[in-house]
Amino acid sequence: MSKNDKNNDYKLELRGISKTFNPGTVHEKRAIEHLDLKLSTGDFVTIIGSNGAGKSTLFHLICGDFYPDTGEIILNHENLTFQPAHIRARRIGRLYQDPMRGSAPGMSIEENLFLAAGWGGVFSRIGKSDRERFREKLSLLGMGLENRMRQPVGLLSGGQRQALTLLMATMNPPELLLLDEHTAALDPATAEKVLNLTRAIVEEYQITTMMVTHNMRNALDMGNRTFMMNHGEIVLDVSGEERRGLRVSDLLERFRAGAGKELDNDRILLS
Amino acid sequence: MQNLLPLIQTALELGLLCGLTTLALFLSYSMLNVCDLSTDGCFTLGAAVGAAVAIAGHPYLSIPAAMGAGVLSGFVTALLQTRMGVDSLLAGIIVNTGLYSVNIFVMGGAAQLNLNRADTIFTAIKSFLSQTPLAGQYRLVTALLAVLMIILFLAFFLNTRLGLSIRATGDNPDMIRSSSVDPAFTTIVGLCVANAFTGLSGCLLSQSQKSVSIDIGSGMLTIALASLLIGRTLIPSGGIFVRAAGMVLGSFIFRLVYTIALRFHMPAYMLKLISSVIVVLAIFIPYLAGRREIYLKIIRRRKSRYPEENSP
Repeated sequence: MSKNDKNNDYKLELRGISKTFNPGTVHEKRAIEHLDLKLSTGDFVTIIGSNGAGKSTLFHLICGDFYPDTGEIILNHENLTFQPAHIRARRIGRLYQDPMRGSAPGMSIEENLFLAAGWGGVFSRIGKSDRERFREKLSLLGMGLENRMRQPVGLLSGGQRQALTLLMATMNPPELLLLDEHTAALDPATAEKVLNLTRAIVEEYQITTMMVTHNMRNALDMGNRTFMMNHGEIVLDVSGEERRGLRVSDLLERFRAGAGKELDNDRILLS
Repeated sequence: MQNLLPLIQTALELGLLCGLTTLALFLSYSMLNVCDLSTDGCFTLGAAVGAAVAIAGHPYLSIPAAMGAGVLSGFVTALLQTRMGVDSLLAGIIVNTGLYSVNIFVMGGAAQLNLNRADTIFTAIKSFLSQTPLAGQYRLVTALLAVLMIILFLAFFLNTRLGLSIRATGDNPDMIRSSSVDPAFTTIVGLCVANAFTGLSGCLLSQSQKSVSIDIGSGMLTIALASLLIGRTLIPSGGIFVRAAGMVLGSFIFRLVYTIALRFHMPAYMLKLISSVIVVLAIFIPYLAGRREIYLKIIRRRKSRYPEENSP
């Protein structure tokens, strides 16, 4: 990391990121190509794009599940391109599409929260004050989970588990929150609820957030900025006045213009 | 009734001593979700180290020495699978094989050691209890003490942040990674602690039998696994303390059934076949129960397809 990084106030910066899978074979797949990206503090970006556009790969790279072939990843002026995933997890919260992935089913709600909170030393145990704080946080979800803190997480519904995961990821407000279609597996009413929770939590702590979605309406309603990805590139980046004027149909139009092909319709939700 | 009592006592002693290995598997197999195939070798290692140290004249030191040897063995097994790219099952098998040589080395090149004239933790406790009504039960008291301490330790440890991380590693590794914990680290700690119990188990068994042979640990993994599965069936849920106690109960019941079978003139060499069959049944029966619906559907469909065959 060089000193001049401090001259800007970007929260997250990706410089010239490329990632190719199975290079030099017939299965070669260029997932991300020379991608540059700058997010300011408090930015809430929604990301749309068809399957294989590189959205998930982008998240994997930022989280350190694998490392880029070229380029740098800078979070809050710190270069973490090759930092192991579990170390940067301290600063990056993450939700997956699968509600089962973010919590340990055989352990109780309070045990899951205690691990996510990371309070105290290695031999610390859940105390009274911890339970108070968990109860307080859980009651904000409005799902009655505050009365089930000793039940195993495996008994919860998908929506409840995703809301719990959201709470776990933001227990200590992260510097960056990555949401990978985190409501796609939920029924519409529950999805709406989890989205509202997301909006409230992100707003409260001013967390810089990236959210992948296939719902065009959500893409425009949530956040302050929208990316459209195609073939590993960001083909559209709208914010501010321009974004406020956009309608779903405009977004589709822009996609055709940017990508030069029809949208992957069975995955994109227009309403 | 009169010859039932010594039967129960033998089962209780063996059940408690080998129950320590079941508690080791409770940590590695049930919590960490790692099947540690080095258990047999580690059990013998604990027995050999414990015996060697006791023969050298340090009965008290033999306990931490055996547990320390177990920690080392567990550390190697864990290192192989987390940092050296060796498959988890293979890591256990490799360490188990290597330990055979180590164990004979520890026993000074012999395949057997005799503890008849050595001071052990059992003789120490025996002389300590000599004036009390418990004098005759010194072996039971020692075993009970050891098991109680390990269960209490587990009940404490598995509810600390580190212990919870170990449990989460077996439950959902993705989740533990996003909680900023390295699953490799929790696996290493878990296997070190589990193998300390296995080493202790071997040490105490050899000292209570007053001898060690190189095959004292052979089949111990399957026996402990059978005990674990019996215990888990009897006490499927509850706090760590209750479930850990269930493990020891499983170990006792396994030994009780075995001791009774011996009384009915079953040859002693059948022990290992029985433990294998118990493990297979304990895994197969829940599997079958899970597929019951599907099998019933298939049968029903067959009946509806060929109604004339099945009608009276």
